[in-house]
Amino acid sequence: MSILEVKNMHKSFGDTEVLKGVGFSMEQGEVISILGSSGSGKTTLLRCINFLETADIGQIIVEGNIVFDASETKKRRASQIREAQLNFGMVFQQFNLFPQYSVLENITLAPKLLAKERPDFKQRKKEIFEEINADALDLIERVGLSDKINNYPCELSGGQQQRVSIARALALKPKILLFDEPTSALDPELTGEILKVIRSLAEQNMTMIIVTHEIGFARNVSDRIIFMDKGVVAEDGTPEEVIDNPKNERTKEFLSLINQK
Amino acid sequence: MNAWQSLLSGFGMNCVLFALTLIMSVPLGLIITLGTMAKFKPVKWVMKTFVWIIRGTPLMLQLFVALYAPGLIFNYLVSSNPAVALNLKPIFMAISSNRMIPALIALVINYAAYFSEIFRGGIESIPVGQYEAGQVLGLTKVQVFFKVVLFQVIKRITPPMGNEIITLVKDTALARVIGVVEILQNASRFAAKGIIWPLFASGLYFLAFTAVLSALLSFVEKKLDYYKG
Repeated sequence: MSILEVKNMHKSFGDTEVLKGVGFSMEQGEVISILGSSGSGKTTLLRCINFLETADIGQIIVEGNIVFDASETKKRRASQIREAQLNFGMVFQQFNLFPQYSVLENITLAPKLLAKERPDFKQRKKEIFEEINADALDLIERVGLSDKINNYPCELSGGQQQRVSIARALALKPKILLFDEPTSALDPELTGEILKVIRSLAEQNMTMIIVTHEIGFARNVSDRIIFMDKGVVAEDGTPEEVIDNPKNERTKEFLSLINQK
Repeated sequence: MNAWQSLLSGFGMNCVLFALTLIMSVPLGLIITLGTMAKFKPVKWVMKTFVWIIRGTPLMLQLFVALYAPGLIFNYLVSSNPAVALNLKPIFMAISSNRMIPALIALVINYAAYFSEIFRGGIESIPVGQYEAGQVLGLTKVQVFFKVVLFQVIKRITPPMGNEIITLVKDTALARVIGVVEILQNASRFAAKGIIWPLFASGLYFLAFTAVLSALLSFVEKKLDYYKG
């Protein structure tokens, strides 16, 4: 059974149709990179998958359960959407860390709030919080920031902030981690550290969808590449198929433009 | 009673007006903010018009309106609907019994309108990414507001709020135009007798009070300055 299936996704903003029927499915542990020029709909697709935008038409199926269906007449409750949303972790282009909280607090904020909904929260509050802190410290170590636990985001470099935001997303143990151009806001010399973290996650069998412009990295880390053009999937295959032997004219054009740079 | 004592007792009234206005106009300002940011258009436009009227007319005029309007409304009620007027008479009596009440009403509404615009600006200045980050982390809308956004808003609005609060100290002196006995009222009574210095001395009270407030505000700003952004 696929861990994620996206079916016939359509999304318009006003008169502009950004997604014109996008569909794909992915398996547990698979890493998919989504490439495409600006305006091709990659970011919108990602935002529809994790409910930051609501698709006009389409379905999202996680492990066989329909978590979103645009044709449903009854609206899902906010709590249902939240629950579905927690299948996904999200890493933003602009990091979006909470500036008033330290590195550790940024990572533990959401797990601590969610823990309040657990039935055993009242009796085991202290233990639960200690577990959450221990998990967070573990994650901070994995992204190599153990010496920055009590620093604030404004005291970190862009690359360090993005590593915190990856740890923050992982803290909720999502089934699928989504990256929206995770290195686009970083200086070239800082992108390496993010790519290193993503690669180590791939080695640990994390299921990931990465919207990126880093072709070399995409080829290196992904099991599959989806090339999007004008709101549809133009090409979908292994990195060798899509990057080295593209069949679609737009893919060829896009890759040759990138290679010229 | 010598001049200093008279000024001091007058300034007590200024302090009471200041404190009560501050306590009441902040929550009222928040309610107005919710109104001006409402998705339901009629509410939004009514509130925006209200803010426009309050910010667009002199506070002194608003004090006069607050003084005279209740009496005019009562007279109108007596002629149009005497039964209702009779029922409401105690309320109107209470309002007109003490000049401080219309002064407070005018000050609270006036400052709430200004505060509401500061709150709105603060809330709208928070990047949408903060809301989205909270949302993808499974926080409810209420949690996003109280755990993520509110503190950042407070940090951003502290300087403009400080400005308004200092202005409020001095605006309490306007209450004298509707007969509230406050420091300038007392000072000018001496001036009328040819003793001018209490008028100047009254300024010292304001200076001392605003100096304390400024120190307090810069302390708060420093406390909030542990992070940038």
